[in-house]
Amino acid sequence: MNFDINLNINISNFIDTSTLLYIALFSPIVGSLIAGIYGASPKRIGIGIIVSSLIFLSFLASAGLFLHLYFGGSIVNVRMMDWISAGDLSVPFGFVADQVSVTMMLVVTLVSTIVHIYSIGYMEKDKGFNRFFSYLSAFVFSMMFLVMSDNFLGLFIGWEGVGLCSWLLIGFWYERESATWAANEAFIMNRIADLGMLIGIFLIYWHFGTLQYDEVFAKVNSIPVDIISMIAIFLFIGAMGKSAQFPLHTWLADAMEGPTPVSALIHAATMVTAGVYLVIRANEIFALVPEVGYFIASLGAFVALFAATMALVNRDIKRVIAYSTLSQLGYMFVAGGLGAYWIALFHLVTHAFFKALLFLGAGNVMHAMEDELNIMKMGGLRKVMLGTALLMLIASVALSGIYPFAGFFSKDKILEVAFDTHNYILWGTLWLTAGLTAFYSFRIVMLVFFGSARYKDFGIHPHEAHGFMLWAMTPLAVLAIVAGLFEHQFIDFVTKILPVYNFSEGIHEIIGQLVMVTTAIAVTGITIAVLSNMFKEGLFTNTFKSNFIYKLLDNQYYIPKIYDEVFSKPYRELSELFWKSVDLKIVDATVDGIANCILSTGENTRGMQSGNLSIMLRLMVIGITVLLISAILYSYADSILTLLQGVLN
Amino acid sequence: MNLSISLEHYLLLSSILFFIGLYGVIVRKNLLMLFFATEIMLNAVNIGLVAISNYYGDLTGQMFAFFIIAIAASEVAIGLGLLVIWFKRHNTVDLDSLQSMKG
Amino acid sequence: MFEMIAFYTFAFLIIASFIVVVTSNNALYSMSALASGMILISGLFFLLNADFLGVVQLIVYTGAVIALYAFAMIFFDTTKNLIEVNSKKIIFLLISFSTILLVFIMTAPIKSEAVTALHPIHQGVGNTQDIGIVLFTKYLVPFELAAVMLLVAMIGGILMAGKKMDMLVANEEIQEATK
Repeated sequence: MNFDINLNINISNFIDTSTLLYIALFSPIVGSLIAGIYGASPKRIGIGIIVSSLIFLSFLASAGLFLHLYFGGSIVNVRMMDWISAGDLSVPFGFVADQVSVTMMLVVTLVSTIVHIYSIGYMEKDKGFNRFFSYLSAFVFSMMFLVMSDNFLGLFIGWEGVGLCSWLLIGFWYERESATWAANEAFIMNRIADLGMLIGIFLIYWHFGTLQYDEVFAKVNSIPVDIISMIAIFLFIGAMGKSAQFPLHTWLADAMEGPTPVSALIHAATMVTAGVYLVIRANEIFALVPEVGYFIASLGAFVALFAATMALVNRDIKRVIAYSTLSQLGYMFVAGGLGAYWIALFHLVTHAFFKALLFLGAGNVMHAMEDELNIMKMGGLRKVMLGTALLMLIASVALSGIYPFAGFFSKDKILEVAFDTHNYILWGTLWLTAGLTAFYSFRIVMLVFFGSARYKDFGIHPHEAHGFMLWAMTPLAVLAIVAGLFEHQFIDFVTKILPVYNFSEGIHEIIGQLVMVTTAIAVTGITIAVLSNMFKEGLFTNTFKSNFIYKLLDNQYYIPKIYDEVFSKPYRELSELFWKSVDLKIVDATVDGIANCILSTGENTRGMQSGNLSIMLRLMVIGITVLLISAILYSYADSILTLLQGVLN
Repeated sequence: MNLSISLEHYLLLSSILFFIGLYGVIVRKNLLMLFFATEIMLNAVNIGLVAISNYYGDLTGQMFAFFIIAIAASEVAIGLGLLVIWFKRHNTVDLDSLQSMKG
Repeated sequence: MFEMIAFYTFAFLIIASFIVVVTSNNALYSMSALASGMILISGLFFLLNADFLGVVQLIVYTGAVIALYAFAMIFFDTTKNLIEVNSKKIIFLLISFSTILLVFIMTAPIKSEAVTALHPIHQGVGNTQDIGIVLFTKYLVPFELAAVMLLVAMIGGILMAGKKMDMLVANEEIQEATK
């Protein structure tokens, strides 16, 4: 304990906390700008190292802030400068490092550091190496801005910033048609949701007169409940888009077109959890309207099951993991919706570790398989890439929720909350999902790393990734194993500002049984996956594949097709109609008409510019004559008018 | 018949002379003739100004005529200098030789 | 009566000599006619009680300008008559039409009676003195500017017509040709 106090004093004395905050926030953007300067030049390994070091610096600063807060330091709130001050509206560039945001900062910078280091190896042969690092660091900056802002508008800036970086990174290989399509899809889906979020922010300003978190939450009880519900709903629509909840979920699976480190950082660990962060951050609003919370929880449970079923049959390794992310986000929303905000945050943290690990492992596999994503073409890879196999196995176990891995603690807590609030249907859904999660996680592991080496039929020669990439992943693996053990410290830390969730008395008696039941289904799922792949390749025989349910799942419940039919095609037809009738015939015709008018005037009058002085003189005389005529007309204007009137009458 | 000379007489003379000058400007192709015609036009205007000055008992018209004479003198000096250069280069004072501005 | 005779005589002679100026094919004839026209215009100025301007007209035009033209003619080949294109009917039409218009304007009755002199001519004071007072009080700045302008024009004229400029132009042409 003495040591703790000394450490506390040391940190506060060593460096000013607001300086730490600025370092944490701005060192990523410095890295981004440095990399951006060399964006168009050929690969420089130094860029990767510099940028990664700056992200690591940001991590150290975040860790410093964390320690400062953990040892009882006060919340750091800085007001960098005024941004908007117009009339009553005053929005500063203010940043806050409290228990929630510092947790997020720590997770974001840790995963970012690892992903950056990993990317040095992953992107080594890519010609857009420098550009990639520029985008990736810009993303980290936006994400830090999002979590550190002390007002809703700053959050929105970060929100849009991560959306932009996500678009840039999904479409990183812009030569590919599918990549640009996926990037645009993600961007457009997010715009739809962001409109909801903006409306929510407008409503907050309209009714609260401020956008600062602390001021809004202080006034929250004096506002009518129906207004609060509206705000909660609109904010949640924004969260739905960013966290890819149904019905705006389709972009996440398509976003896997981006480089794999991007998938690990943005589409698993950080950006997609921004929606959950918003719910946690605005918990005082959501807590007042349990109906909305219940809706969020129900939607979360639905998405958890819905995504898990789609993950069962998909043959694309990254898409399976993407659906798994979707499913886990559903879990987080269940916790958030039921008022257990710290549990949602806890699952967010543990999920960030093992899901990033899983994605990075998948990236190694992809590299080894020469960008082949179909797990049916893999198998037996453990012999050539033992390190990756081990890391992915750890991540899968953690995802399945087996004691004592991180996923067990956080996921189990969510199930307990669902049971405790007597939402047995939600509990049942999540329980089933837990089994499915275990199944598909191990299906991947089995199909990729075990069984016969099917890749040989395709003439692929896999190889293990660079050693430093594996070492970079190791901290994530360690955290995926041990993070759950720090549950109590975590509760103590975040519940300083988040509401404590009190389990009812009765739950303690059956908690053991609940854990047993959950673990049982997870183990069952793993067993089925292992057994089915142990004896023959793949559970799904050809007869099974013709099954209706299989087709339904394989086609993602036909939702992309339905969107295409219901929204895209009519929109396209409408656009074509407007293009052909309105744009071409009215707008273009007007614009072209003006241009043609000027062109023909020029064509007709170019004869004047012959450069011949005598012609110019003649034109001058004509001008003089016209002037004289107008002078006469003007001086006799009155009499001419009277004359005209006389003629007319 | 009114035998006295009125302002209109002078103005009429002025306009006739002006258009003689204008005719010269348009019709002649010799650049030197163009200068002569320009002088005629300037003098025509001077007559009109001095006449008005006299009839209204106002010196302003004479002032203007005075400055016009000054300007005419400068114009002749510069214009003749340019004309001499042009003649040395192209060995002609034909107006139609001034075609270098043609686009 | 004297005034009338003088006016008509001058007017007729001026018009006649200027018509010679614009129609003659010989540059020397034109110049001589121009000089006579200028002198006759100074007669009109004396008739209009503008003695000073009449003298200035004589000195500047007949003395300076015509002398300048005469010197300039030394440079040109005046014996070579240029072919004049003056067959276009539209030009005659245009000129006569605008002449009629201007005459129409000039002879229009003056409606306003309230024309007050800005710088009135004083009775019993010489025209030169009158002009001098106005010129060096109200029109001092324009007068100085005109003086500077004349100086600039003089320098410009000397430079452009001078021998050095000739060499410069010749050099440029040689350079252009060798490029």
